[in-house]
This record gives sequence, structure tokens and C-alpha cells, in this order.
Amino acid sequence: MDPEIPVLNVLELGMITDVIIEDEYLLIKMIPTFAACPAVEVIKTNIRTTLEKDLQVPVKVSVDKDVQWNSNRLTAMAKEKLQNFGIAAPQKHEGEVEIDMMMHTDCPHCGSENTYLRSPFGSTLCRAIHFCKHCGMMFEQFKPLS
Amino acid sequence: MGDDELIIGHRNSEWTGLGPIMEEDIAFSSMAQDKIGHSWALYRILHEELSGEDPDQFAFMRGEKDFKCCHLTEMPIGSYDFSLMRHFLFDHAETVRYNSLLQSSFLPLQQLARKVRGELKYHTLHADAWIIQLCRAGEESYLKMQTALDNCFQLACGIFEAGPDDKLLANEKVYPGEESLYEQWIENIYPVLVKASLNMPERKEPAFGGRYGKHTAYLQPLLDEMGEVFRLNPEATW
Repeated sequence: MDPEIPVLNVLELGMITDVIIEDEYLLIKMIPTFAACPAVEVIKTNIRTTLEKDLQVPVKVSVDKDVQWNSNRLTAMAKEKLQNFGIAAPQKHEGEVEIDMMMHTDCPHCGSENTYLRSPFGSTLCRAIHFCKHCGMMFEQFKPLS
Repeated sequence: MGDDELIIGHRNSEWTGLGPIMEEDIAFSSMAQDKIGHSWALYRILHEELSGEDPDQFAFMRGEKDFKCCHLTEMPIGSYDFSLMRHFLFDHAETVRYNSLLQSSFLPLQQLARKVRGELKYHTLHADAWIIQLCRAGEESYLKMQTALDNCFQLACGIFEAGPDDKLLANEKVYPGEESLYEQWIENIYPVLVKASLNMPERKEPAFGGRYGKHTAYLQPLLDEMGEVFRLNPEATW
């Protein structure tokens, strides 16, 4: 579970890159969404303690340096859960992100496309702020990241 | 690299609560968090791959003589035009540096560069947008931006001070060396300055010294403040 977005789990966020069964323990490899994510250690601990409790085997969690997270890794289920939680999903990108992509983000509250980008920076590293002219609500978006 | 990002990250976090409008307060806070996180990643590489100290000890316990940040990062935040111009000049320099590391012979830096690229892009997009907007917003605004550029430029040239191992690192293909990065940086910022109708100053007195532990009077007070809580009990776990 991601402490900042409690409806999403690390699998849906595309943060798990490998599961390796070693002789003495189970190794889980993961990647943070943003390099500066302050929740990385908490997430690693949560993965370890949850699996150790459920599977009754020693578990190690390491950061996978070979793979870099990008927002295309979010599953379809993750995007649906985000919307229901009131956070707009990131647009799919082709390797590079341009601000233009984020300009047209549908409101997760009322569904309108009559919205505008207030700021590409929001309450956490992964969020941008938009405003919906149709229903008058501010909403956040999980930013597209290449 | 780590020291530059830690110190400028700390400086930019000083805008938290003081930004001219809410979105800018959030923007600077968010970018500061990114910068400090990137410095943490760099210190971790030092620690894990190059027998460096524990990152927290390294960040908070050194005195100014042991820091290698450039003078640009040490300057107080000043007025918003200065901070924006510093952000523009520094973040483009960082982009050039990380791009050069995509082909680094030192794998951990290559891997980090691949991660940081996408995040850093948001920083330069922000800087470019504001520089251009403010330069097109009337005489007063334009003059403030030109003055900020004139004040910042020699300091920014100090980013590209060659360290003692510059040639060795270039020969080993860790990165192309400071002169090459400087040239690429000028090429990258020039089109934005043209769009903003800003005049690029000449490189006359680059603010060197930082890479050799010679700093401005601003650094030690910054370090004292930044490390104050950590130093209350350096052995505490957080």
C-alpha cells in the first residue's frame, strides 16, 4: 500500500520489478516512483513485514537500480482506482512528457473536459493541480513521468 | 553534484511559506524536495559504491571546507527574480550534466541519470515558462529579469569550475568534462534567452573556488541551520 495514496498497492503502481526465490529468503525488487520519494523506506518495510506475515518466510526488499519507474507502468486498475479516489490519472506518454499533454485532463469529480492546469506541482512529488470550470472543484492528477 | 543539489535544495525550500503566489510556493517546495532527494541518491552512490560516509552524516556533519558546492547555490534566496533566474540557470546546467551521464562509464551514475531526467524536465519547463512570461510582462518585469541575469551569470559560470580530477574523469569517460558541459549549457539556454529577449552577459569573472572548498560567507550559516536538528543527536535514528 502506498502511504500517500492508500487505495493503490505497489503492484498496481508498477513498483515491483522482480520476485526471486533464494535459498534462505525471498527477494523482492522494487523501484520508487520518484527518486526523492520520502516513503521508500516505509514502503520497503511494509512489503517485507506483510509478506513475512503472510508467507512465513524471511523476505528481503531491495531497490532495483536497473529499471526506472515511469507513469506508463500504472495498471488500468490503478487508473480506475485513482479516478474513484478523486485523483486524475496520468496520460500515457511515448517516452517524453510535454506540458501540453497535461492541459486536457478530465475532471475526476464530474467528468468534464473543461479544466485547466493550475500547476505541474502539487501536494506531493507525484501530483499536479488542476481546476475544473464545470463543477468549480480543484483536483489533483498523478503526473505523467517519463 | 550532491553538494550543489543539497545546498540549492535547501535554499529553494526557504521559499516555503513565502512564495509570491500559492502555486509558486508549492512549485519551489516540490522542486526543492526533488533536489534534496537527488542529492541523497548521489550520496548513497558515494556510500555504497565508493566507500563514502553514511549519507546523513555526510550531509549534516561536514564543515564548509569539506563542501564542494559552487557559490551560486550558497547565495541567499534574495528576491523572487533572483531565485527564478538561479533556478533557470542551474537547472539547465543540471540537465546538461545528467544528460552527459547517460553514457557514463560509471554505471550507478548512468542509472541515476536515466531516473532523474524525467523529473528534471518539469523543473526546466517551469523555469523556462516563468522567464519567458516575466520578460513579456512589461518594462518593469523585463528589467528585473535582465538585472537578475546580469547578477547571476558569473555565479552560474562557477558551476562549471573544473575539479582536480576533471581530465581523468573525461579520459575514463565518466563524463565529458566541465568545458564541454559549459558549451552545451550555453547552447541550451540561448534559445530561451532569445525568446525572452534577454541579453546574455559575457563570461568575465566566473565565481570559482567552491570545488576546492573555498566558499562565500553564506555557506557556514546555512550549514549551521540545516544541520541544527540532526546535530542535537547525530546517533539518533529517524
